[in-house]
Amino acid sequence: MLMSLSLDDVRRIAKLARIAVTDTELAATQQQLNKIFTLIEEMRAVDTTGIAPMAHAQDVHLRLRDDVATAPDRRDAFQAIAPAVENGLYLVPKVIE
Amino acid sequence: MKWEVVIGLEVHTQLTTQSKIFSSASTAFGAAPNTQTAVVDIALPGALPVMNKAAVEKAIQFGLAIGAKVNQRSVFARKNYFYPDLPKGYQISQFELPVVEGGAITINVDGVDKTINLTRAHLEEDAGKSVHEDFHGLSGIDLNRAGTPLLEIVSEPEMRSAAEAVAYAKALYSLVTWIGICDGNMQEGSFRCDVNVSVRPEGQKEFGTRREVKNLNSFKFIEQAVKAEVQYQIELIEDGGKVQQATVLFNPDTGETRAMRSKEDAHDYRYFPDPDLPPLVISDEWVERVRSELPELPAAMQARFVEQYGIPAYDAATLTASKALAGYYEATVAAGADAKLASNWIMGDVSATLNREEKDIVDTPVSAEALAGLIRRVSDNTINNKTAKDVLRKMWDEGVTDPNGADAIIERDGLKQETDTGALEAIVDEVIANNAKSVEEYRAGKEKALNALVGQCMKASKGKGNPGVLTELLKQKLA
Repeated sequence: MLMSLSLDDVRRIAKLARIAVTDTELAATQQQLNKIFTLIEEMRAVDTTGIAPMAHAQDVHLRLRDDVATAPDRRDAFQAIAPAVENGLYLVPKVIE
Repeated sequence: MKWEVVIGLEVHTQLTTQSKIFSSASTAFGAAPNTQTAVVDIALPGALPVMNKAAVEKAIQFGLAIGAKVNQRSVFARKNYFYPDLPKGYQISQFELPVVEGGAITINVDGVDKTINLTRAHLEEDAGKSVHEDFHGLSGIDLNRAGTPLLEIVSEPEMRSAAEAVAYAKALYSLVTWIGICDGNMQEGSFRCDVNVSVRPEGQKEFGTRREVKNLNSFKFIEQAVKAEVQYQIELIEDGGKVQQATVLFNPDTGETRAMRSKEDAHDYRYFPDPDLPPLVISDEWVERVRSELPELPAAMQARFVEQYGIPAYDAATLTASKALAGYYEATVAAGADAKLASNWIMGDVSATLNREEKDIVDTPVSAEALAGLIRRVSDNTINNKTAKDVLRKMWDEGVTDPNGADAIIERDGLKQETDTGALEAIVDEVIANNAKSVEEYRAGKEKALNALVGQCMKASKGKGNPGVLTELLKQKLA
């Protein structure tokens, strides 16, 4: 059965992703997302019995590095592009409950 | 109605690596804010994570230590949520295929063993820290901790009381510090527990609705939080209410739990495999090498202590509470102390003094060899038990590590036990002469009166008399 998203689904996804979608953009976004489901539906038609699902598009293994702390302190450079800093901390709108 | 409590734990253990899980920034605690961050940790666009081999190895060690399955192939996933201490907008964790599955830990409550099964353990990165002091109405963010490797260990909901939950947390703590994958510093957040609590009428099969108490960093808080939750939930249901699934915080000052303002979307994490990280593959050779390097585990060491040293199971369990304590005991016996006496002294005076001074066994000023020297003098009756306690106190204060340190103090302070019967006989005669009342009571059949007389003799000998010899002499003379 073809899955499709309602306008409410689209609003919720947009909210979770912190993307502002205006009411005028909503219908177009719904259409675009539903197209992705159509594509998934087409792929579902392929018989994959007995095939282990892949977690990554390429059949490669995770590269591992040795446990050595080599990164230098680059705080000044990093914080030069931050909107607000104080005492070495990045400042953000208050987040405590 | 009788209620049954159901508890499961999720424990975040910080792994003892030098560098972060996906970057080469240092994980050392206590640095100035944001001085230990790399491009990956602050999520600069285009920065790619590279996995730390040591973090994987520690996860394998844990899996083997609890008899779990170490997955040959496991997958990293993105857990999506927005919070300022998580600059990427997602936490890299593991979801469908964790590195460790299954396994079990045995706990002991009131002398009864119980096996707690584990669901899984997975690798993930820690978030940064928010500093809520007032920065003109803003919050401060320190990302030094962001990217620190964590192993999240999830138990099955198999605990049935606060005592069992604490016993499980302690057993887990002892194991991860024993195998050295976690430094166990709870104040610094190296071992943090989330406790899921629900209640159900006894005999009911289905679980009740659970509430999750977040971020408990002491065993005492676990106990208090579980008890508070259980009371809250039972009272709520008995008053006709219904438990709502929630995340709650425990306030140690009030001893109460409080639900966090519920965020309606909080649990919609939209996990998906992280395209930046292909699957983690662990070879059989790697697992076998780690297995061969694993230290003797607490349970195996306990059994060996009973077998090898002939001490009771209780002693063996106490002495294997930490690797350092067990090592100290073995070193004491190896230096020539009687195995049972060594156990008594370490569980007794040594532990009591450490507790009083809030020290760990690694900080004990008296070396195992020096303690063995003292115990040998108890065994060969050079000093009695009471004098030995005083000598240990002096050794402690003077920081004695020399194997012959006890002998030197006994010699210097003239503490050698008086076993010369002639000298002791004189003392006994004097005590009998001066304690007519006790003598009369003893002769009248009151056994306790003899203890008083022995005590007087010990006093007269300035603690140096051998209580066994004195008792025998008293009995002979009063017969």
